[in-house]
Amino acid sequence: MSDTTGPPPSGGAGPSSTRKEPPPSGGAGPLATRKIRRRGAHPLARFLVRRVLLAVLMAWGITLVTFVLTNLVPGDPVAANLGQRALGDPAIVAQWRAEHGLDQPLWRQYLLHLQGLLQGDLGTSQQSHRPVSQDLAEFVPATLELAGAAILVSLVLGVAFGVVAALRRDRLSDHALRVLSLIGISVPTFWLALMAFYLFFYRLQLTPGSGRVDAALGLAPAVTGMQTVDALLAGRWDIFSSAVAHLVTPALVLALYTIGLLTRFTRSAVLEVLGQDYVRAARAKGLPGRVVLFRYVLRSALVPIITVAGLAFGSLLSGTVLVEAIFAWPGIGQYAYKSATTLDLPAVMGVGLVVGVVYLVINLVVDVLYGVIDPRVRLH
Amino acid sequence: MRRRDPLARKGLLRRLPEAWRQPLAVVGAVLAVAWLVIALAAPVLAPHDPLAQDLPRLAPPGPDHWFGTDQLGRDILSRVMYGARVSIPLTLLLVALSVLIGGLLGACAGYFGRWADETIMRVADLVFAFPTVILAMVVAAALGPSLANAVLAVLVVAWPSYARVTRGLVLGVREREFVLSGRLLGFSAWRSLRVDVLPNVTGPVLVLATLDIGTALLLLSGLSFLGLGAKPPSPEWGAMVASGVEVFDSWWVATFPGLAILTVVLAFNFLGDTLRDALDPRTARAIKERAL
Repeated sequence: MSDTTGPPPSGGAGPSSTRKEPPPSGGAGPLATRKIRRRGAHPLARFLVRRVLLAVLMAWGITLVTFVLTNLVPGDPVAANLGQRALGDPAIVAQWRAEHGLDQPLWRQYLLHLQGLLQGDLGTSQQSHRPVSQDLAEFVPATLELAGAAILVSLVLGVAFGVVAALRRDRLSDHALRVLSLIGISVPTFWLALMAFYLFFYRLQLTPGSGRVDAALGLAPAVTGMQTVDALLAGRWDIFSSAVAHLVTPALVLALYTIGLLTRFTRSAVLEVLGQDYVRAARAKGLPGRVVLFRYVLRSALVPIITVAGLAFGSLLSGTVLVEAIFAWPGIGQYAYKSATTLDLPAVMGVGLVVGVVYLVINLVVDVLYGVIDPRVRLH
Repeated sequence: MRRRDPLARKGLLRRLPEAWRQPLAVVGAVLAVAWLVIALAAPVLAPHDPLAQDLPRLAPPGPDHWFGTDQLGRDILSRVMYGARVSIPLTLLLVALSVLIGGLLGACAGYFGRWADETIMRVADLVFAFPTVILAMVVAAALGPSLANAVLAVLVVAWPSYARVTRGLVLGVREREFVLSGRLLGFSAWRSLRVDVLPNVTGPVLVLATLDIGTALLLLSGLSFLGLGAKPPSPEWGAMVASGVEVFDSWWVATFPGLAILTVVLAFNFLGDTLRDALDPRTARAIKERAL
């Protein structure tokens, strides 16, 4: 688990790992720059290639971890998937094991698994008897829609709150925001989801209940699998507004934790920049406050904020497992829960893999943004 | 106190009492102590047997049952109180174990470097590559649903952050003169770690641990909520919230155990947050910079 309000432990292919290397000090700086330039490729391109290679390596590590975890632990998939009567018949058990490759030595199982992965084959779910990749393709877009909405909300609100807190440091609004953000990171998500469902849907009937759109409207023709986007593409405004209405509560519930997280980090990042000489100089020469804030302060504060946002996306993906169960959101979180409790190994591996890779990609994007925002990063 | 001249700050002990005077820390401390007392004195305080199913079912909160009763006719107030005996000790144990394991591995990685460093930190990286609940869920599911296995699952995802921070701090002091002179005097690696390095690492790690207690409890109760932790009759808060899902129109069944989790987590987050500010405004940055 990552610490909640502390410094960000950088994610796997940690974006921060690049930043922490000290920038070339003093006179060595320009020289080092020239050296790297002379070696050919554009520094940003070299930086990207290195990052992508690292991500691929991590992805391979993820396949190894999901595989080892779901195989070396003492759960017995045979007992979990076959009924009592079938278990009594050794022939059926043996056939089932052979069918799922469980009679092979472990390393061969892994190689088979890896070979399948490269061909886009994640195995067959032992519960739904459908290819795991097909199951996931159905569930991933719903989760991405939910988590995407939540990260957007958290970025907007978290950064805004953090800036306000930093600018009004030690005043009442700063203290209030501190307490609120600490509450935000302390609320159990699953409980908040239930409370919101009870209050807004059951009691006040302000929001539609579970699911993604009103059943009467039917789903928009699937293009991306995200209802809001698909409805827009199809020009169906009724579906769009229904989808948004369904999305609001779970997304807000999911976002609360990351809003708190981002508020705290934005505050300290902005405070750090506010004390810098160049900000004071900008102020002293009479630039309007808005210009100083957006061009001078926020631009450099953005670097740590983006890192945390990348990590926050991980906690959002985690949160979906808890939120989707309550709102009956047909996403990967619910699928993960169902397959984990039934020890559906291929499904569990698939979920772990996909979520891990999504997380990797997000962190890769963060890394690239880093390189774009802060030129110093590319040199390392 | 945040505005004071940083040079005027001396020694941990002189600053701590001031930290305790901050309202946030006071609230946190009061909440934490209150819950500790409840956990210790639950048999005396609780009005009913937390497992006895002899009350009217789903009675709303009232003078007889302050928090109401659940669908099996158990007194929720008593169950919430007894729940403190389940969740709090386990969470503290969990964090202590992750500090111990993560700290030890991180110290080895930082101190010995080379392959020890590579192996340990790459494993930590891999754990970081997963969102926590997903990984914990996979581990808990694979081990089989039980409270002990849930603790183990959280442990698996919790140790790497300590390993990272400790490694960074150890790297920071490893080449310092007092450590090197110790080695020259013939200290074994183990003794050098224990005597010279460890005292320089404990402060920031303890702050991290305080902040982590909340996260650990959230994760543990989350697993129980998903049915991967405590078994049904046990008055575990996450499991109690889960049982409230089935009867969600009886709001009190889920509300009060959830509030219990919230207040405990809040208490430790308040404490940890103030502690971090107090120990040194730059500790946080120091941890961050050295750790990575």
